[in-house]
Amino acid sequence: MTAAGGEPEELPIAGDDDVVRVRQLVRTYAQRVKLSLVNQTKLVTAASELARNTLVYGGGGVARIEVVTDGVRQGVRAVFHDDGPGIPDVTLALADGWSSGSGLGLGLSGSRRLVDEFDLDTEVGRGTTVTVVKWRG
Amino acid sequence: MERVPILEIGGVLLVSIQIDLQDQTVLALQEDLAQRISDTGAHGVVIDISGVEIVDSFIGRMFATIASLSRLFDATTVVVGMRPAVAITLVELGLTLGDVRTALNLERGLKILGEQRRGRR
Amino acid sequence: MVGVGERRLVVVLRERRDEVLEQWVRAAAATLRGRVTAAELERESRELYTALLPVVGDNGRDVSGERYAEIRSLLAELSRTRARAGYTPSETASSVFALKRVVFELTEHDADPDLFRELMDFSSLLDALGLFTFETFARAREEIIAEQSEQLLELTTPVVKLWEGVLAVPLVGTLDSARTQVVMEKLLESLVETGAEHAIIDITGVLAVDTQVAQHLLKTAFAARLMGAECTISGIRPQIAQTIVALGIEFGDITTKASLADALRHALRSEGVEVVAADRVR
Repeated sequence: MTAAGGEPEELPIAGDDDVVRVRQLVRTYAQRVKLSLVNQTKLVTAASELARNTLVYGGGGVARIEVVTDGVRQGVRAVFHDDGPGIPDVTLALADGWSSGSGLGLGLSGSRRLVDEFDLDTEVGRGTTVTVVKWRG
Repeated sequence: MERVPILEIGGVLLVSIQIDLQDQTVLALQEDLAQRISDTGAHGVVIDISGVEIVDSFIGRMFATIASLSRLFDATTVVVGMRPAVAITLVELGLTLGDVRTALNLERGLKILGEQRRGRR
Repeated sequence: MVGVGERRLVVVLRERRDEVLEQWVRAAAATLRGRVTAAELERESRELYTALLPVVGDNGRDVSGERYAEIRSLLAELSRTRARAGYTPSETASSVFALKRVVFELTEHDADPDLFRELMDFSSLLDALGLFTFETFARAREEIIAEQSEQLLELTTPVVKLWEGVLAVPLVGTLDSARTQVVMEKLLESLVETGAEHAIIDITGVLAVDTQVAQHLLKTAFAARLMGAECTISGIRPQIAQTIVALGIEFGDITTKASLADALRHALRSEGVEVVAADRVR
């Protein structure tokens, strides 16, 4: 998998309205690589969950969005990064119904089901990075 | 922050969401609705989401909360116009809307409320 | 005119441009056996030739680099057109390779060792470009196949109206995950378009289902409910029922009916329609 089209676009996640901006930017990218409407919706929804996680649990951070290619396939990669407290128990955090905050506990586990690739990198005291990819077709 | 307008027509509160909702707007709408139901004694709430492109867990939870709230005032909440892509995504996300009633469009939503009201009398 | 340090081959290719082009077009036309018009072939060749001149002197080792952007896009376009028109990959790449022979013949009486080295590089360059057309050709074919299977999916999954407010999708054959997903989306779209509140997915003609397919069917039913409609699954054959039970898939409170007729009766009843034989009405 390689990045296509230069540097990823970066957005800060510092407030509520940034979550909306992340959704809109991810939508633009999803349309650019011509994801089906259902897949656009899945990716944008996942991005919305993850951006909110970054804001609420990570204390804010950044989102990086870019187009990626893998042979003939094109897709969108979204990375959510924060320097927050990190997640102590990853297995638990990825289980349905778990939540340390005000969500329904679907943020991580739910968004994982909405994308094709999901990677969680977290360290207590250091922060959390979640990377997701949705492929076309 | 934008606020979502609430209309009242014949004992029904109508909310048509036309903007990309941010969390604060969602919370404000919940508060506004609770207040309006209590003020007006409305028997039903219709939330039209035909213009909504995504419903994530936060927005989904709002529907369930509004439904529970309205029940305390003996009012029924119907969510209408959910797009197929949104419905498929919600199922995949694993989100259930509790006992929120749903209808394909506004007309059907109002019909449900009408039938329910007649049934109660 | 020979510039200082300019390569001989570049000079030859530029000064004898018309001659080379003419022979190249003729050679390419021979492999394509008249299926491309002469004018079209000439236009393509001229564009390629113009894009090729600046990179002559390279040995083609970095064809993926920035300098090759233009010629790559021309070749990609060419491969795509050829793939769609049904040419073989060899025929497509031959058009590129044909230029080699033309240039070799043109310079065969020249014994300059520098020119010889340049020709070696030129040959490698054309090889690399020829291989590139192979790759883009293969990619274009894959795209065509993907498009066709998508169209086929559309054709094989009709949504039919059984009654006012009742839609059905009769599924036949083998269900895979992709096809089930298409059905799911199409059915839900039709609910919105028609305002029908009942959908029936009939799987009488389906030979087997796996876990994924069963999950997709269930998700369709749940999604329909979220939208305010009801979705019934009918025609589950005994073997499939056994598979579903063995896989431990829970249908929950999704209505299932033995036959399409039962499902229709169920839908009509909830619409408030009762079907009664005419002689009993009197």
